[in-house]
Amino acid sequence: MIEFHAVSKHFGDKVVLDQLSLTIPEGQTTALMGFSGTGKSVALKHIVGLLEPDRGYVEVDGQVVGDLGYDALMELRRTIGYVFQFAALFDSLTVRENLSLGLRRQGLSDQVVAERVAESLALVELPDVADRHPAELSGGMRKRVGIARAIALRPRYILYDEPTTGLDPVTTLAMDELMIRARRELGATSVVVTHDLGSAFAVADRIAFLYEGRIRQVGTVREIRETADPLVREFINARAGMGAPA
Amino acid sequence: MNSAREFLTLSGRWVVEGRRALADGSIWRPQLFPQMLKLGVQSVPVALFVAVFTGIVLALLSSYMFTRAIPLYFVGTLVTKAVMLELGPVLTGMALAGRVGASVAAELGTMRVTEQVDALETLAISPHAYLVTPRVLAATLMFPVVTAMAMAVGVLSGWFTAVNLLDLSSVEFLRGARQFYNFKDIWFGLVKSASFGAAIATMGCVAGLAARGGAEGVGIATTRAVVLGCQAILVLDAFWALVLL
Repeated sequence: MIEFHAVSKHFGDKVVLDQLSLTIPEGQTTALMGFSGTGKSVALKHIVGLLEPDRGYVEVDGQVVGDLGYDALMELRRTIGYVFQFAALFDSLTVRENLSLGLRRQGLSDQVVAERVAESLALVELPDVADRHPAELSGGMRKRVGIARAIALRPRYILYDEPTTGLDPVTTLAMDELMIRARRELGATSVVVTHDLGSAFAVADRIAFLYEGRIRQVGTVREIRETADPLVREFINARAGMGAPA
Repeated sequence: MNSAREFLTLSGRWVVEGRRALADGSIWRPQLFPQMLKLGVQSVPVALFVAVFTGIVLALLSSYMFTRAIPLYFVGTLVTKAVMLELGPVLTGMALAGRVGASVAAELGTMRVTEQVDALETLAISPHAYLVTPRVLAATLMFPVVTAMAMAVGVLSGWFTAVNLLDLSSVEFLRGARQFYNFKDIWFGLVKSASFGAAIATMGCVAGLAARGGAEGVGIATTRAVVLGCQAILVLDAFWALVLL
């Protein structure tokens, strides 16, 4: 379970997270939604210790992330797969090497690494790209390889940072299916940062709506769909006007 | 005051991270040889280009200075002493501060702004072990090799100039070169160049990993790496002169 306890974070004068408190339940997919710049991605980075809160703390499996020593933090990170907004694949490495890097770090044998790489690429339906470099892939393919790199680790948690941003509707649907399949096959707890309403409704069990660095509303997909909160309603209606299901 | 505190905090963190990374050999060892090729072997042409013209200019300048007052065979002395003690290591270092420092900063800076460094961290891989340590070690090991080659080429080009453009024979040039030769002249230059390599690569890594924003941030980081690298060379040059001479 992941818990945010009154987490605050500012960059310069800008307050990005303002006493954010949120619980991400085990085994479910939680979507973090909200307007641009409300701190969704910043919140995600606190979970893996890429950022440290100015105030408050984040707990993962009962451990306070900010209090962990180096080895314990590395151990925690091995249980978390992180899918970056623009995939963040290593340019100089092939797809196979991108996927192998984290697996070798876990001390797995060459045979197991090769099997995991093949399985993960098959899961994202890209079995033939292992020897290509990221520059030779389309944006959608790179995002799928990013997911493959995360799931290859067999993580307990998968964090997706805007996985469908910039993708066409067909590729977006494929990404949604991929996230659902990854959760079903791995049983991982997932957190999806997105402002794609259709995607959130498709993949999430719960939705947390962030506004000005705080949680405005948390609920099931149905509760959010039927919300009476005017701000959340405005967001949903605006997105529905852009073609997303309301 | 704040800058001084930030500098000390950053330095302290780099020392701690560096020690930890050095112990993590399974991560940096596979990267070391490719980096030695990239930062060392591929820098040889630039270093030799600088050395050739340094030798020519030194020979011509010394003959101009020594006219009548000092025997011309001292051209050999000045060329070898100056190339081995100072100009070989320092000019090679300056040239490589541009080539190596800029390339390291640009590469790591691009990785930083495209979240590849964050991706490494989420895979439980220390960027210091994977990116910094192999580059710093490779530059430290390879700069003396490149500098030794530059020294040899600098002396040879000085000799070639003296023999062909000045009224000096090879025997006289050699006599001058051997007159005040000291083995320390060689290792002093090589020790300096090893420290220059470490400093240039470290500055490239520091600037690159601190890059923020996008292309502009990478450009700023690259410029910063070259400036810091050149400054570090001058400071270290004075330091070694004080300590070893």
